[in-house]
Amino acid sequence: VPVASGTGGMQTVTLIPGDGIGPEISSAVMKIFETAKAPIRWEERNVTAIKGPGGRWMIPPDAKESMDKSKIGLKGPLKTPIAAGHPSMNLLLRKTFDLYANVRPCISIEGYKTPYTDVNLVTIRENTEGEYSGIEHVIVDGVVQSIKLITEDASRRIAEYAFEYARNNQRNSVTAVHKANIMRMSDGLFLRKCREVAENYKDIKFTEMYLDTVCLNMVQDPTQFDVLVMPNLYGDILSDLCAGLIGGLGVTPSGNIGANGVAIFESVHGTAPDIAGLDLANPTALLLSAVMMLRHMGLHDYGNKIQTACFDTIRDKKVLTKDLGGNSKCSEFTADICRRIQDLD
Amino acid sequence: HYPHTPTSFLPPPAKYGGRHTVTLIPGDGIGPELLNHVREVFRFSCVPVDFEVVHVNSAVETEDDINNAITAIRRNGVALKGNIETKHTMAPSVKSRNNLLRTSLDLYANVMHCQSLPGVQTRHKNIDIMIIRENTEGEYSSLEHESVSGVVESLKIITRNNSLRIADYAFKLAREKGRRRVTAVHKANIMKLGDGLFLQCCREVASGYPDITFDSMIVDNTTMQLVSKPQQFDVMVMPNLYGNVVSNVCAGLVGGPGLVPGANYGHVYAVFETATRNTGKSIANRNIANPTAMLLASCMMLDHLKLYDHASSIRNAILNTMNETRLHTADIGGQGTTSEVVQTIMRFIQSKGQLTSEY
Repeated sequence: VPVASGTGGMQTVTLIPGDGIGPEISSAVMKIFETAKAPIRWEERNVTAIKGPGGRWMIPPDAKESMDKSKIGLKGPLKTPIAAGHPSMNLLLRKTFDLYANVRPCISIEGYKTPYTDVNLVTIRENTEGEYSGIEHVIVDGVVQSIKLITEDASRRIAEYAFEYARNNQRNSVTAVHKANIMRMSDGLFLRKCREVAENYKDIKFTEMYLDTVCLNMVQDPTQFDVLVMPNLYGDILSDLCAGLIGGLGVTPSGNIGANGVAIFESVHGTAPDIAGLDLANPTALLLSAVMMLRHMGLHDYGNKIQTACFDTIRDKKVLTKDLGGNSKCSEFTADICRRIQDLD
Repeated sequence: HYPHTPTSFLPPPAKYGGRHTVTLIPGDGIGPELLNHVREVFRFSCVPVDFEVVHVNSAVETEDDINNAITAIRRNGVALKGNIETKHTMAPSVKSRNNLLRTSLDLYANVMHCQSLPGVQTRHKNIDIMIIRENTEGEYSSLEHESVSGVVESLKIITRNNSLRIADYAFKLAREKGRRRVTAVHKANIMKLGDGLFLQCCREVASGYPDITFDSMIVDNTTMQLVSKPQQFDVMVMPNLYGNVVSNVCAGLVGGPGLVPGANYGHVYAVFETATRNTGKSIANRNIANPTAMLLASCMMLDHLKLYDHASSIRNAILNTMNETRLHTADIGGQGTTSEVVQTIMRFIQSKGQLTSEY
């Protein structure tokens, strides 16, 4: 449940514009929010890796302070430097705020045609453990062991989040995705925790499905799925598969839920350095993530208004960015959405 | 037919009086009925194959049944099987029988050819992808332990030997089939050592095949690409779990689990089944299952036994029957029954003038 912070009804949100096209799509979002008169006060911060007192990598203290206070963040794409000596920024953020749940609602965008229509599902991915523990060893030359970690606590936590999310967003069912036939103990533990939590949410239907069966059915009929909850790797694969169904990372929103009430919403596409600064970027993914953020904060009316304007612009097809099949500028796309918001008022 | 190791490595074929003996494992769910239809079609077409039926009871904890099956396959060299259910309500020590079979017989290559069928309505057209999946290690190593209460570790094992072996299989097959490109699917950005080793082995093997283009793709991007532009893929090679995901996505894209056959090859043994290995409990014994995948798998088996004419004859009959939309089973949008499809296939075979037994 969101906590209102800030004064005069305005709520503070930490904005991390990011790299590449990050700054321009962030500007687009801020402009649209301003037009919609959304009660958001943006606090811009940069996130680069710095070395802390103990020699450990961390995010800048002012960024952490801002997020700890506001509890809500919106983030553009961050570049992953190769051989910079520090872990990826996304990983650093995840660890700093214990962002344990990655949530991606995948809803077909009317007007942006893909072979799949009527997609309306949500993937909820455990984001702290599983196959991404980073623990690997060379046992003997030519034999490598990668460790997948599944814990009772993390499994329970993600299951609880999934059912809470379902309840708060009027979703009917939660499906646990697993491979407990092969990974008996690890996925078996995950499944058991989901079953236990399901007992406390009798109003939500709970089902279980093998990962391969989900994949098989998803590409034939995605309408049969509602909320899906799963460990890290399956979540990584399935959330991208589902993004592919609705049109790709350029139009898919994403949210990360952390402990202590922190939530960071982000676009999951890359920094697109080749078009950075050229007013060509598509702000849809970041905008829809911002809409997700508004809903998380209880500001549903603003969220709906902005989403409607965005979808109407896309459906109308007159002012589309290149990746959506048009040849308009980012600023023109943004202006069209702003115009529609004003008309809706 | 698929590549074999030189015949000097193979045991003498289980072939007496011109007839082959093949192990048949009915399995659970729709397995038994589908395999009965295979036998029906074989009998009708006078295929010189005798089946040694071995039952594996998925409800018991002992491994006697599966060990019998494995012994029978060692004896005959070839098997056709339905999926054996894994009741994961049983203790974790009771491992998947299917997995046990694959690892004991070292069936290291799972091969699936996914092709759009003209008679079937799908969102994507012109798909022609060969998937070669490492079938014995990776995430399916069945090595798990609970080190601390509430903390489970599951080990994924990648070895140089098995990675080289599967990459070699993929490139050899690509060359034999005249395919132009092999794509390795991985997650080496996260699993740097494990998938990194796999990728490195693929690169090494690729260097010996300059006529074939080699590239790689991260698994999450691969699934995104598959649902938007599957026509870009040619041959794909990958470790076990990603193989599970990719083969199911591809089977779904061409029309579902009822259509695609699968094969598991080792140096010595070969086991054929449906590609997506579904038990299909909810549709069992209702005469609605699609017999296509299992029948096509039996044709792959006939090719393996060098009974090419029989394989072609049955395969042609199946593909022709697929064009009759009114016969489509429920999984591909129709209301036809399994037996109607099978009868039509047999009638087609008969109409071609082959020798058949009494109808």
